[in-house]
Amino acid sequence: MTDDIFQGYKGAGLEVLKKYNVRVWGQAVITTTRGEFTGTVLPRSENDDDKHIVMKIPTGYNIGLDVATITGMKETGYKKANYKIPEKEFPYTEGLPRVKLIGTGGTIASRLDYRTGAVIPAFSPGELYGAVPELASICNLTTEKVFAVFSENMAPDNYKKLAIAIGKEIEAGVDGIVIGHGTDTLHHTAAALTFMVQNSPVPIVLVGSQRSSDRPSSDAALNLMHACTAAGHGDIAEVMICMFGPTSDEYGFLHKGTRVRKMHSSYRSTFRTIGDTPLATITRKGLKPIKETYNHRRKDRKVTILPFFEEKVSIVYYYPNMQPDIIDSLVENGYKGIIIAGTGLGHVNKLMYPAIERAAKAGVAVYMTVQTLWGYVHMFVYDTGRDLMAKGVVPAENMLPEVAYIKLGWALGQTSDLEEVKRIMLTPINDEITSREPYNGYLIYQGGVAEVEDFIRKVHK
Amino acid sequence: MAQHIDPTLNYEETKRSIGYTDRSVSTQETYDRIGFMSGLEVHQQLKTEQKLFCRCPAGVYQKPGDFDAEVIRHMRPTLSELGEYDGTALMEFKTRKEIVYRLKSKTTCTYEVDDTPPFPLNREALSHAIEISLVSKLNIVGEVHITRKQYLDGSIPTGFQRTAIIGVEGEIPLKNKNIRLIQLSLEEDSCREVSDVGHTRIYRTDRLGMPLIETVTYPDMTNPDEVKEACNYIRFLGRSTGKVRTGIGAGRQDVNVSCKGGTRVEIKGVAHSRWIPDLTHIECFRQWSLLSIRDILNERFTDSKAWKPTHTLLDVHAYNSKNGFVKDAKTNGLKLVAVNLPGFKGILSHFTQPGKMFANELIERLKVIACIELPNMTHTEETDPLMASADWEKIAILLKPGENDAQLIIRGPEEDIKTALETIEERCRMAFAGVPPETRKSFANGTTIFERVLPGADRMYPDTDSAPIPLENEYIEKLGQNQPEEVVARYRRLKDWNVPEDCFTFIFRKNLFPLIERIVNELEMSPAFVGKFFGHAVKWVEGQYKPTAEFDYKIIYALLRFLKQNKLDPSIARRMLPTVYQYPKMEFASVLTSIGYKVVTKEQIVSKIPFLRKKLAEIRLSKGPDVEHNWIMGQLRRQAEGNMSMKDLHEALGA
Repeated sequence: MTDDIFQGYKGAGLEVLKKYNVRVWGQAVITTTRGEFTGTVLPRSENDDDKHIVMKIPTGYNIGLDVATITGMKETGYKKANYKIPEKEFPYTEGLPRVKLIGTGGTIASRLDYRTGAVIPAFSPGELYGAVPELASICNLTTEKVFAVFSENMAPDNYKKLAIAIGKEIEAGVDGIVIGHGTDTLHHTAAALTFMVQNSPVPIVLVGSQRSSDRPSSDAALNLMHACTAAGHGDIAEVMICMFGPTSDEYGFLHKGTRVRKMHSSYRSTFRTIGDTPLATITRKGLKPIKETYNHRRKDRKVTILPFFEEKVSIVYYYPNMQPDIIDSLVENGYKGIIIAGTGLGHVNKLMYPAIERAAKAGVAVYMTVQTLWGYVHMFVYDTGRDLMAKGVVPAENMLPEVAYIKLGWALGQTSDLEEVKRIMLTPINDEITSREPYNGYLIYQGGVAEVEDFIRKVHK
Repeated sequence: MAQHIDPTLNYEETKRSIGYTDRSVSTQETYDRIGFMSGLEVHQQLKTEQKLFCRCPAGVYQKPGDFDAEVIRHMRPTLSELGEYDGTALMEFKTRKEIVYRLKSKTTCTYEVDDTPPFPLNREALSHAIEISLVSKLNIVGEVHITRKQYLDGSIPTGFQRTAIIGVEGEIPLKNKNIRLIQLSLEEDSCREVSDVGHTRIYRTDRLGMPLIETVTYPDMTNPDEVKEACNYIRFLGRSTGKVRTGIGAGRQDVNVSCKGGTRVEIKGVAHSRWIPDLTHIECFRQWSLLSIRDILNERFTDSKAWKPTHTLLDVHAYNSKNGFVKDAKTNGLKLVAVNLPGFKGILSHFTQPGKMFANELIERLKVIACIELPNMTHTEETDPLMASADWEKIAILLKPGENDAQLIIRGPEEDIKTALETIEERCRMAFAGVPPETRKSFANGTTIFERVLPGADRMYPDTDSAPIPLENEYIEKLGQNQPEEVVARYRRLKDWNVPEDCFTFIFRKNLFPLIERIVNELEMSPAFVGKFFGHAVKWVEGQYKPTAEFDYKIIYALLRFLKQNKLDPSIARRMLPTVYQYPKMEFASVLTSIGYKVVTKEQIVSKIPFLRKKLAEIRLSKGPDVEHNWIMGQLRRQAEGNMSMKDLHEALGA
């Protein structure tokens, strides 16, 4: 740990600190060819260059000094910052529902990480209460950190661990479960949990935030309040994602875990239900269903946990002139399932046919979804579709490509019998395939149109 | 309970006892006595095509009611990098404001509403900021770090301002002393407020994100005029580079003031430097008054911690008032809560600012923190009481006040009363300690009102969305090459040229020095004439007329060159100017025709003098020594303008 006093510095930067005996968190006067600078030396982010020393000047701002310009340094004091969300014991209130918050990482609560210069998650009921005291009037919250990974690093093992942890909590009698999760693959996890945790008597709400909680305009606090309300008080006992409805701080949506997708890289209202309407809107006052039918909350504890997953499954996103070797290499590498995101109604070019045939013959499960996201695969409309089916491709109706990927992994995790896999795939567990698409399921407005502009002016985005 | 105090008399007496004097009769001794100290934060928008962190156009504005969409946000306090909450943050959180942003698609993208991370910092803005840092003699940093400065008032949708230090520790020269600079930062501008009523504050986002520099001085100014002088100097410095925007709203300053024993108070967003002297004068005396209040209270209470107000809910039907204070409460369902402030008799009506007393400090905080609209309070020391003393007697039965107590009544919505009571208690407790650190909003008459709790360094956080930007030596040296001459050197040159001092401000404000210098050098004209022509004549026409097309000062160069080429005396320029200014596209020859100019030789003009002498002798009434000279000058001036210099005419008259 001796190196810690030069946290993050390397090369020339480290040399100069050592030369003048100045530590990170040391208050220092630094003379340079550009004049004199006073402040506290801060840790340097690992990925930044070795040519600069970072310091916090007395007005609170950070600056960097070019090592090559430094002619002298003198440490005059030392004060290490203690970045900690104030921790307060989460109060217990008689009569409020018991909600379990399961942590996986992600940005519900976070603090600064000097290693990367980015934010890292912080998490405990005490910290959460310190940051979002309103939670105490919604539910009695307990937390458990199952693991800490960023959303993009979530993998099947994590899904299984989560499913098992959820099963235990339900048996232990909680009134609802909230899962804090990074947003990038939130919808993959939501789909996985829908398949792995079936017949839940309580709500299972996945929540994240698009703006980290270290910023005043973060959506984390409101999302968390909405999620706890849905988990503790809501009547919908399904796996759901709870995120902002509009980008305004007004209300959230509860999306069905199998019909939801992240649709914008940075918007707060990034999650949208595809091909259907959201389940409900949610405010701190409560939940208002949009869908008429859903699984209701029950008193029993009968839940089925099915933690299976075959990892050798892939999604192939078709593009014009895709070469057959893409499919061949998957088969050669032992893949057992392939989801194709095809064009239009579910098509790929003729070049691919032999490769698909080879895959089917090798016993690989091949399913077709659409990269248009909205709408059904319709493989009878054109010859291409019929040819593909003849070669062994199974149309996956209106299952979203990511959901189909998760479901195929889950199905192949249970059986290698392709007929059984097909039965599992085409029997919806919770609307991953719907028998009909409501006319208001597909909505992408185009800005600039007078009616749309009028709508945007009157209704908060 | 009988009122033993005459508020008007008490106000005047306390004003006298703290030694308040008008600024017109105040001297350096006055300011030394109360320990006047002031520093500045001068903001100037940079002249760039685009905003600082996104590619929206800079400098395109929308009208308050003109918008394409609205977005709503609430702000929550977060920890600083050093792990602390900021005082302002907690106050703003208490106010529970709903912030509405009015977006115009032309000027706002998803960055402004915080739905997209920042794009790389605008390089044009960065080089402008470095150039101005160089002329301000600041030490330029080696690496620019973007910092988030928390603002929970909603003026920035992210809840923080992205800002970066470019240079530290500089100096500017004033007439009699040097003023040290703390730093210069490059930052994004904030939203413009549309309205702030109750719990809803509305902003428009057109100005949001425009690049801005902030120059911060040490508190080196020791009287109000110095503050103004320093402010002008910093603004002229920026303008001398030609890289800052000018015009309404392009420059604003925050003025920090304290008195001896007082606290740093920041007067925010002062739009004109001419307001600074009155504002700083009055603020310094406000602090001096608060110290007097502190002393009175500490004399009355040995243990200020034990001080505690009491309150009771009033039956709105049991009271009457003037101006509908009680009646409107009934109609609008507002609550009336009476509060007893032990030992505050004579404090509520204690002088704080011209026309304002300590009670105003409470009223202003009720509006800002508890979000209760005016009138939100009445009290026992109003100079024009809203309630009759009989009503106060009834309230006294409920509150059972002591001899030295004062009472007030809060009027507001039920849900805001709790915060209101806390606010009153908090501000009164602060009175025992002296001057609370605040930011204050300024008015043209020199008074200020409470705006926010003063934020500290605890609101800083590194911007995790941006990488640091190294500044190489070669880059800075290159930017240093096109530095303008120092403003102070230009000051001296104008003086040497005998340009009157009343022209200086206009010349520097409009950055006209380079143009004047060019005219003097290239057209070989008298610097004093050119300086006066801009500082008096051009300034005058700008106040009198409106141009029909954009008026560029380069037209003046063209005008004077035209006169020189046509061998016309430059004195005619003054007569031509109103027309030239109003019709910038009109040819100069046509301007001459339109003002009725005729070519007359010098000889022809001079030859009229003997005739005029005779004529005057016939009609003259007064006998003063200059009468003849002045009268003949008056008769010949218009013909002479453009045809001969006034000096020659004077000489021909035998001056």
